[in-house]
Amino acid sequence: MARTAAKQPENNEVGSIAPADLIKSYRLMLLIRRFEESVYQKFHENKIGGYLHRYDGQEALAAGIISQLHLPGDMILCTYRDHAHALACGTPARAVMAELMGRATGCAGGKGGSMHLIDPERGFMGGDGIVGGPVPVALGVGFALKYRNTSNVCVCYFGDGAMNQGGVHEAMNMVGLYKLPVLFILENNQFAMGTSVQRSTGQPDFVLKANAHGIQGEKADGMSLFSVHDAAERALHHIRTTGEAYFLEMDCYRFVGHGIGDDNTKGWTTYRSEEDIEQWRKRDPIHSLKDYLIERNLLSAQKFEEIDQEVQEEVKDSISFAESSPEPPLDSLYDHLYS
Amino acid sequence: MATMRYLQAVRLAMTEEMERDPNVFLCGEEVGQYQGTYRVTEGLLQKFGAQRVVDTPISEIGIAGLATGAAMAGLRPVAEFMTWSFALEAMDQLVNHAAKITYMSGGRIHCPVVFRGPAGVGTQLSAQHSQSLESWYAHTPGFKVVLPYTPSDARGLLKSAIRDDSPVIFMEHAGLYGTSGEVEDDPNFTIPFGQAAIRRAGKHCTLVSYSRGVQLCMRAADRLAEEGVECEVIDLRTLVPLDIDTVAASVSRTHHAVVVQEEWKNVSMGSEIAARIYENAFDELDAPVERVAGADVPMPYAKNLERAAIPTDIDVAAAVKRTLA
Repeated sequence: MARTAAKQPENNEVGSIAPADLIKSYRLMLLIRRFEESVYQKFHENKIGGYLHRYDGQEALAAGIISQLHLPGDMILCTYRDHAHALACGTPARAVMAELMGRATGCAGGKGGSMHLIDPERGFMGGDGIVGGPVPVALGVGFALKYRNTSNVCVCYFGDGAMNQGGVHEAMNMVGLYKLPVLFILENNQFAMGTSVQRSTGQPDFVLKANAHGIQGEKADGMSLFSVHDAAERALHHIRTTGEAYFLEMDCYRFVGHGIGDDNTKGWTTYRSEEDIEQWRKRDPIHSLKDYLIERNLLSAQKFEEIDQEVQEEVKDSISFAESSPEPPLDSLYDHLYS
Repeated sequence: MATMRYLQAVRLAMTEEMERDPNVFLCGEEVGQYQGTYRVTEGLLQKFGAQRVVDTPISEIGIAGLATGAAMAGLRPVAEFMTWSFALEAMDQLVNHAAKITYMSGGRIHCPVVFRGPAGVGTQLSAQHSQSLESWYAHTPGFKVVLPYTPSDARGLLKSAIRDDSPVIFMEHAGLYGTSGEVEDDPNFTIPFGQAAIRRAGKHCTLVSYSRGVQLCMRAADRLAEEGVECEVIDLRTLVPLDIDTVAASVSRTHHAVVVQEEWKNVSMGSEIAARIYENAFDELDAPVERVAGADVPMPYAKNLERAAIPTDIDVAAAVKRTLA
């Protein structure tokens, strides 16, 4: 089994991303960040209920992988930190915000909420409220893609906490056994809620665990769009040419709490230090991409300003759309219980 | 009409639906090379090949996820649990995924999956292998729950289950696998969900049951007929949807009701059916609804204790006499 250590992009010069695509990714990552910040604000205005899991710091993982997929055709599953994945699949910010506000115009008609965003027409098969939940489902989706003789791939995102759930290993074993086209993306943001990797597993080499199920994999820097893109490109090539699964452990960090519960009151200080967060913030994937674009003269200051304005406008528009959208009609309570 | 055993009827339904629709496939433990733990899937691997008859490791979460995800992506999986007791391993995939995805997605994802396998109590299999848990699934919104009694129903209802666009829990009774009955010749014969069958007409008391409980009711009705008591036996066939209209109409003729089940009594299907009778036909009742159920204990191994824990036709007949007294 091939195992490689974390690969740092050589001088940030991967070269495999066209400038136009880089700019697109930058815009998407900025949209995700601004969207999450606004959602946080709206949560505190009681416009959004339930739990809230922000993606701040992990934007490169949604942008660098989903941008390379064939949509529709390829299928994406993830857990409850899912706003970014929906936006990366092309689900309009309006439909995401409306879902978060429980409106009829939301991507799940207001029935799903933050943890259950979905957009099957764009290949997004949904967020999942259960830590290891999407992995057995990905086994089935991958099975269906192979059964129908497609060359499509199922991409399944999940966190380091999921690697300690039994169902994840049952499913990975079967994906390895049946040789299914599944790309596992382990978003290792170092903490399962408040429990660090060191405090939750006897074997922190996650790639080794994938290898144990007959699945090749590697570790990559999840804070760099280049590294993410490059690793995903290799992985997707492997899957599309061999038909077999691949596992990517993406080292990353969330800049905010696990959820609203440890964010609000800086509850995260019980399990990690402000110094650690400051260290990781220096590797902010959006900032480093911006620096790269400036250094290479790929985007003018004016263009940056325009993108910033556009993104803010898009988020603002999604909020006014959602706020002016109707709630689901009461007589729809029993709709969609069955197909 | 051909006469066949219940397990052959289950196999026939799968065979016919696999021939009809290439999106239908089977998966489960020992369904292929081993030819099925109870021989229900015998010959299917040879007929349809390994792509459509998929042997799995002993991984119930994996099996349930395989079936749920494949259904979400457009296939029509039939997943076998070696027994329904083992499905307990897979509860998160069943309850939190298969049952909910359509609703959670606002109807944008369909999940046409059948989970099937043997259920029921008896034969000294003891606590972990001998139990009936149908009310757990009936309790969960999003599932349709089917428990056939006759070979014809096993085939007609399973074909409907495979064609249904929603997740279906299909519980066969291991104790009925060897029973025989007539099965229709029409390869497109199906039985719609939510239509109870009146297995025997009678005017004194309504017996309501499903699966092997119907057998107890029929035997009790035979016994009681010798004493001049005529029982009407209703086989619900599906617990969700529940045909309460047929039950209420019968109770309005007989004015007495006994609900019979093999599963535990506490918070069970019988509790629900009795409550629905009160809601729908209270004024028609001349006596309280009687319930006959399994003893509320983990199934004991010793033969005499096991016998005491499982309801019999004698228990049913005694309940009828109590309600008529």
